[in-house]
Amino acid sequence: MSMTQQATPAADTPPAPGPKQSDGRTRQRPPALRLLARPEVGVFLGAVAVLVFFLFAAPPVRDGSSMANILYQSSTIGIMALPVALLMIGGEFDLSAGVAVVTSALTASMLSYQLTLNVWVGVIVALLVSLGIGAFNGWLLVKTGLPSFLVTLGTFLILQGVNLAVTKLVTGNVATDDISDMDGFTQAQKLFASTFQVGGVNVKITVVWWLVFAALATWVLLRTKYGNWIFAVGGNKESARAVGVPVTFTKISLFMLVGFGAWFVGMHQLFSFNTVQSGEGVGQELIYIAAAVIGGCLLTGGSGSAIGPVFGAFMFGMVQQGIVYAGWNPDWFKAFLGVMLLGAVLINLWVQRTATRR
Amino acid sequence: MTSEATATDEAATQDAALVELKGAGKSYGNIRALHGVDLTVHPGKVTCVLGDNGAGKSTLIKIVSGLHQHTEGDFLVDGAPVRFSTPREALDKGIATVYQDLAVVPLMPVWRNFFLGSELTKGPWPVRRLDIEKMKKTADEELRNMGIVLDDMEQPIGTLSGGQRQCVAIARAVYFGARVLILDEPTAALGVKQSGVVLKYIAAAREKGLGVIFITHNPHHAYMVGDHFSVLRLGTMELSASRSEVSLEELTNHMAGGTELASLKHELAQVRGVDVEELPEAGDLTAPVASSSEGKS
Repeated sequence: MSMTQQATPAADTPPAPGPKQSDGRTRQRPPALRLLARPEVGVFLGAVAVLVFFLFAAPPVRDGSSMANILYQSSTIGIMALPVALLMIGGEFDLSAGVAVVTSALTASMLSYQLTLNVWVGVIVALLVSLGIGAFNGWLLVKTGLPSFLVTLGTFLILQGVNLAVTKLVTGNVATDDISDMDGFTQAQKLFASTFQVGGVNVKITVVWWLVFAALATWVLLRTKYGNWIFAVGGNKESARAVGVPVTFTKISLFMLVGFGAWFVGMHQLFSFNTVQSGEGVGQELIYIAAAVIGGCLLTGGSGSAIGPVFGAFMFGMVQQGIVYAGWNPDWFKAFLGVMLLGAVLINLWVQRTATRR
Repeated sequence: MTSEATATDEAATQDAALVELKGAGKSYGNIRALHGVDLTVHPGKVTCVLGDNGAGKSTLIKIVSGLHQHTEGDFLVDGAPVRFSTPREALDKGIATVYQDLAVVPLMPVWRNFFLGSELTKGPWPVRRLDIEKMKKTADEELRNMGIVLDDMEQPIGTLSGGQRQCVAIARAVYFGARVLILDEPTAALGVKQSGVVLKYIAAAREKGLGVIFITHNPHHAYMVGDHFSVLRLGTMELSASRSEVSLEELTNHMAGGTELASLKHELAQVRGVDVEELPEAGDLTAPVASSSEGKS
C-alpha cells in the first residue's frame, strides 16, 4: 500500500504510476456478490432446499438409516462425478464414462473367473484397462483435435458393444459368473464394498471414499500446480500452451483420472453384487455430467470446483431416494433431474454474468 | 557474427545479438508465408517489425517464440542455431512473448495468471503445493512497479481493462527473466492514453537491457521507441533500417503500402470523400528521405 499514495514519482523511473484506483472506478464488489461468484454456492443452496423439501414431504427420510442409504446412492454417482468434473473444468467431457464402469467390472470379473486367478489380479488388470481407455480417449483427442463429444461418443459405442459381445462370447450369458467364492474376494470386498456402523446406522464404505476423494480433488484443484493447469487448459488452451503449461499431459491425465473413477465404481459394483450385467451403465455418463454441471462446473471449461459436484451428486441421491420414501411414482425421477439441471444451468449463467461484470 | 549488424546498425556493434534470423522463412504446405527475413535483436534495443495485415508479422513471431518452426534460413540465439519445438524451450532461452490475445485465461484470478506455467511451490513431493501467499505478494509488487494497483488479486483477469491486461502480461514476462521480449501489437486495441502507458513500459524494458521485438502496424508508435525498423510486406522484407537512416514519414509511407497508394492516387481521386491531397507521389518514395513539403496545399 506504500506505493499508492506516492505523489511525485522520480522522473527517471520509467514505470511511472499508471491509472491508480483514485479515479474511483474500481469499486470493491460487495462480499455477498463475491461469495455468490464461487461456483459451489448455488448448488449448496439447492442441495439444502431439496433436503428440506424431502424432510417435510417424506417423513421416512428423517430416519438415520434412510439418510445413510441416500448418502450411499449419492456416493456411487459422486465418486464418478468428481473426475468427470475435473475433466469438465479442463474443457472436455467423457461420454464413455458410464459404460467404462461396466467394462472395468467385466474385465476384473471374467479374467479372474475364467483363469481361476486371485481376484486381485483381475482388479489390477481392470485398473490398467480403465486407465488405458482414458489414455486412448485423451490421446486421440489431443492428436486429432476433434471435439471430445465425437471421440468419446466413439469409445462409448465401442465399449457398449464390446461389453455385450465379449461377455456373451466368454460366458455364453449376458451376465458374468458369481465370483464370491474366489480367492481374495472378501479382502477386495472390504476395500470396495464393505459396510460399517456409525451410531447404530449401517454406512457403506463408498461414502467415506467419496468424501476422501472429494477432499483430495479439492486440494489438487486449488492448491497444486496441476490444479492450476486444469483451470488453464479449460479456460484457454492456446494461452496455456503459450506460457508453458503442458496441455497434452494435462488433458490425457484428466481422461485417465476418469478411467480411475470408472475402475473404482466398477470394482464397487462387482464386489457388492458378485456378478456384472453386461448391458448396464448406458446413460449413467449423462448423470455424471449433469451432477458436475449442477455442481457449478462450466460445460465449456475453465470454471468449477470439486466440492460443487459433491452437492450435485447429493441432490441426485436425495431426489432418487426421496421420491421412493415419499411414496411417489419413481418415474418422476428423471423429470426432477431435468428441472434441476436446467435450473442449475440458468443460475450458473446468471451468477457468471453478475459476478464477472466489469 | 555481428558483421552484418555492424553494417546496418552502428550503435549495436559492441553488443552481441541475442536473437538473429538470417534469410529465415516459413512455408505452410505450398503457401510461403515468410521468406528471406533478416532480423537482429540486441540487448537494450527495440527492433520494430511493421507490416500490414497478412504481411507475415505473426508468422515471424511464432517462429521466434517457438510455436512454429522455420522451414528455411537460420535462427540463432546467442550465436548458436536453434529450432524450438515448444514455447517452453523459447522461454527457457529467455525469449518471452506477449501475444495479441495476451495469453491470459480470462476466468482465472490475476495472480494465477501471472504465475501460470511457472508456479511457485513449497513442501516435499507428495504434499508439494502452491505457495499462494508468496505468489500473490510477488504479483502485487510487480504490478505496482508497473503502476497497476489492484485491490483484489483474486479477481478474474478478464475483468481488467485491455491496457491493464497488457501490462500484466509485460510485467509477467519481465519478472520471469526474459532477455528478449516479443510484443505482438500491444497497442492495437488500446486507446491513446493506454497506448502511451504501454510504450512507456517498452522503453522501461529497454532501459533494463532487454532486447525488444515490437510488432505493430502503427509507424507512429514504432518511431517513438524504435531503434531499428523492419517493414514486412507480403512475407518478405521491404525495408530494414536503423533509426538514423529513416524518417517517420518514410516509414509511414512504406508501412502504408505507400507505393501502392501512390499508384492508386488517380483512382482514389475519383471517389467522393477520399482525400488524396496528403498521399505521396510515386516519385517521393524513391528519394532517400521523403521531402515533406511536396503537397499541393
